Amino acid sequence: MTSAPIVVFDRRALRAHRARARGDDFLFAEIAERLVERLDEVRRSFGTALVVGARRGLLAAALRGREKIEQLVDMDPSETLVRAAGPLRLVAEPDLLPIAPASLDAVIALPSLHWTDDLPGALVQLRRALKPDGLFLAALFAGETLKELRSVLIDAELAEEGGASPRVSPFADPRDLGMLLQRAGFALPLVDTDTLVLTYRDALQLMRELRALGETNAVAERRRGFTRRATLARAAALYAERFADADGRIPATFQVAYLTAWAPAPSQPKPLRPGSAAQRLSDALGAEERDGSGAARRDLPSPDDPG
Amino acid sequence: MSDANSPAHAPMEIDPKLLEILVCPLTKGPLRYDRERQELVSEKARLAYPIRDGIPIMLVDEARPLDETTKP
Repeated sequence: MTSAPIVVFDRRALRAHRARARGDDFLFAEIAERLVERLDEVRRSFGTALVVGARRGLLAAALRGREKIEQLVDMDPSETLVRAAGPLRLVAEPDLLPIAPASLDAVIALPSLHWTDDLPGALVQLRRALKPDGLFLAALFAGETLKELRSVLIDAELAEEGGASPRVSPFADPRDLGMLLQRAGFALPLVDTDTLVLTYRDALQLMRELRALGETNAVAERRRGFTRRATLARAAALYAERFADADGRIPATFQVAYLTAWAPAPSQPKPLRPGSAAQRLSDALGAEERDGSGAARRDLPSPDDPG
Repeated sequence: MSDANSPAHAPMEIDPKLLEILVCPLTKGPLRYDRERQELVSEKARLAYPIRDGIPIMLVDEARPLDETTKP
């Protein structure tokens, strides 16, 4: 059975947006720091690590002074960004990964996988590129990201243009991500999230910043052309009305999911087969086993036993 | 540059460490390094990926389709 892949993102638009990105990627530098904090918790060092969505080499900057990773390979779909990274660097998309199987000790992904059309496919390819017991550590923007902007844009567009189109990218639900890692063949998956709230002067400044980050809309079904001025003005007014703090500044929520998982290896701890336990839980607890109806189980000695 | 054959503006060489781990993004098959043209050639995909200033551009829509006459 063949079915056309669902194309969510317009890759050329996305690369153009990323190419426009300037130096002010405070948000990504902050997330790189938090990724490195999680890496610090892993009591192991790594040979070669691929950095996915490396931008200008933010991870190398966050790792400075540590001897955790011998060699970083920076990868990004934007040639303009990756030119400032390196020294080892390449231009590629994570769901068309040009990396040989079992050639990496770690994969570390800055937020970029939220732009991937085929996230499960990208995860499988990244897992295959890892050596057994290789580490996968990724940050992804999750569902709550830009929730304020999303709601005001939809309302403003409905009011001004009588219809709404996708203006903010869809983000993964953190609850789905653990399952996704497992399906991609990773072992010991772990997902945790944290929320960063940045404040801006107003919604227009927020949108300018997103543009500067290269994170503006690349949804393939977005309306071509510019959002109308009246719609933007209405959205900015709604944003201020609903969310502004006492000083009149507006918050923007970024929910970041951190994924940790390992390429399977025989040395890793594994869950036991169901029914393979050598000890009864009830013995350990000093309790009597009962089935759902509340009656004592038949294989346990009970006062009713004829013998 | 030390290489007498290199042109005045010698292209930055791709790092051999990258060549060790790179494969064709489409076929995951091996790549041949064409030093003269600064390309990574996937015979299986019939595509040549450009290398610009030592940076491999592993994007299918940036690759040059190999025509039938350029056999290895």
